[in-house]
Amino acid sequence: MNSISLALKSLRFKPLATSLNVILMAVGITMMTFVLSASKQLEDNAQRDAQGIDLVVGAKGSPLQLILSTIYQIDTPTGNIPLATRAMLEKNRMVKQVIPMALGDSYQGFRIVGTEPSYVEHYQGTIAAGRMFQAPMEAVFGATAAAKADAKLGGVFVGSHGLSRGGEEHKNAPYNVVGILKPTGTVLDRLVLTPVDSVWKVHEVVNGIDVNDKEEKEAMDADRELTALLVTYSSPLATVNMPRYINSQTDLQAAQPAFEAAKLFRLLGVGVDVLRGIALIVLLSAGLSMFVALYNALEERKSDLAILRTLGAPPIKLFSLLLFEGLLLATGGALAGWVLGHVAVELLGRALSDDQNLSMTGWVASPDEAWLLAVALAVGLIAALIPAIRAYRTDIAATLAH
Amino acid sequence: MITVSNLSYRYKAHPVLQIDAFHLAVGDHAIVLGPSGCGKSTFLHLLAGILTPQTGHLHIASIDIKQLGQREVDAWRGKAIGFLPQRLALVPSLTVTENLLLSSYANGVPADHQRAQELLLALGLGDKAKSHPHQLSGGQKQRVAIARAVFNRPKLLLADEPTANLDDAACSAVIELLTTQAREVGASLIVATHDARVLAALPGATTMHLPTAATPKVATAQGDRHE
Repeated sequence: MNSISLALKSLRFKPLATSLNVILMAVGITMMTFVLSASKQLEDNAQRDAQGIDLVVGAKGSPLQLILSTIYQIDTPTGNIPLATRAMLEKNRMVKQVIPMALGDSYQGFRIVGTEPSYVEHYQGTIAAGRMFQAPMEAVFGATAAAKADAKLGGVFVGSHGLSRGGEEHKNAPYNVVGILKPTGTVLDRLVLTPVDSVWKVHEVVNGIDVNDKEEKEAMDADRELTALLVTYSSPLATVNMPRYINSQTDLQAAQPAFEAAKLFRLLGVGVDVLRGIALIVLLSAGLSMFVALYNALEERKSDLAILRTLGAPPIKLFSLLLFEGLLLATGGALAGWVLGHVAVELLGRALSDDQNLSMTGWVASPDEAWLLAVALAVGLIAALIPAIRAYRTDIAATLAH
Repeated sequence: MITVSNLSYRYKAHPVLQIDAFHLAVGDHAIVLGPSGCGKSTFLHLLAGILTPQTGHLHIASIDIKQLGQREVDAWRGKAIGFLPQRLALVPSLTVTENLLLSSYANGVPADHQRAQELLLALGLGDKAKSHPHQLSGGQKQRVAIARAVFNRPKLLLADEPTANLDDAACSAVIELLTTQAREVGASLIVATHDARVLAALPGATTMHLPTAATPKVATAQGDRHE
């Protein structure tokens, strides 16, 4: 028998008060865990997806929308830009790499991205089965998209128009599945990748133009369009000059992923702060309720404490007994809340995965979450402090005689 | 065993107890008699080191209790004193066995399960080891409390009004139990009581009559905080 098991037995003797206090603490910690884990995963994912891309060049519109639609693949694009923009950018000495991107169709809610293998390489995507796309109408699936859409090597599918489900199907231009990627933990996982030519081809046929006619095709090249270009700089100097240079072009807009992401998280941050504030209030009330419960229980436990003293226990033992009760309540609540918080994140992740645009899982923990236990223990300690001091000062003689 | 001289205890300004001389030989038993409010409990608390006398000498087994520090008194009490309070104070959240093992816990020594089992068998509580106090009768609770008091084999067993609210048969049974257990562990038994039946049940014991109060006026007007 030790102070911890004794404290535990005393808590179990009052199941109602104990569970109430554990639940209150658990609710607070659940909210804390949820906010911490969800916002951290969002930021981590956002950072991973935007990593290495210095600039996105697209049609004029909202820069945030441009970033969301081309980096994170969640919003609709701002419009199209001429194919010639690419050559113009590649001529610039400060540009290291330009990745083209043509959006427009989707398959079972997963976006079909017309691009080049350099896009896959940028996210360190590697082939899990099959090979990289080479010719038009060849498609490579990201890991999540492949699993959810049940894509098989050698399979044939048709894209549907638009970036959401339910668009008109391009039945006359079927894709062949030639490869499936390994999971990367980036936006790549939920995309279907194909050469830019495929996207053009699909839509030209719809428009009734014969791509097999050589003359018509050359005439068309001048009118070819892309959705956006992902630019990597070769010199840090470009950070200052490039956006200004591009924005001065009449039809073009340059948006910096890092800057737009920061703006987005400032907006989200308000919501996160509100949630965190509510969680803090719940934690404080948990502490208060714990204090009241421990303090009130002291009156009926006075004789228990006094008898411990007559059996030879020094006052510090009674003090630690009460502190352990507070710490055990807090630990129980913290552990329950931590688990529940992760379950909540997982549920959110599953709900979001139906929209095929954000990946989030409850089954990862960050070292930051150790702080939650520390916060919970601190609350338990403070709540138990005054009752513990009262226990320390128990007047044995008076208690025994009355 | 016990030597007391000029012992006095005051609560705030009010004298509660004054004992000029009291002596008890090793193995002898004593009865402290007196009406309510005479300071019987206070005397037991002084003997147990729960209260510290303001004046006088108090030696128990040649240890001067007044010279011990707070921590030393607690440690000494755990080993040398068995205390049976008037209110039995079994811890309701613990089983009978765990209530006994509180003695080990309080003394900071490993739980002596063997001693607990041996005591429960000796007191006819063998089948109650895993029961909780609320499942016991009044007599059983008292036996558990006695077992807990003698658990650490004390030198001095102090019992405060052990026969209050008991019928004659139960009264002599409790005194019998206390003397048996005191003999088992080689302890002196001191019973504080206002119950004259204890005198008959404990023949050969030293008796000490405490007057109504050291200063009767104060005691009747204020009552004794520790009675």
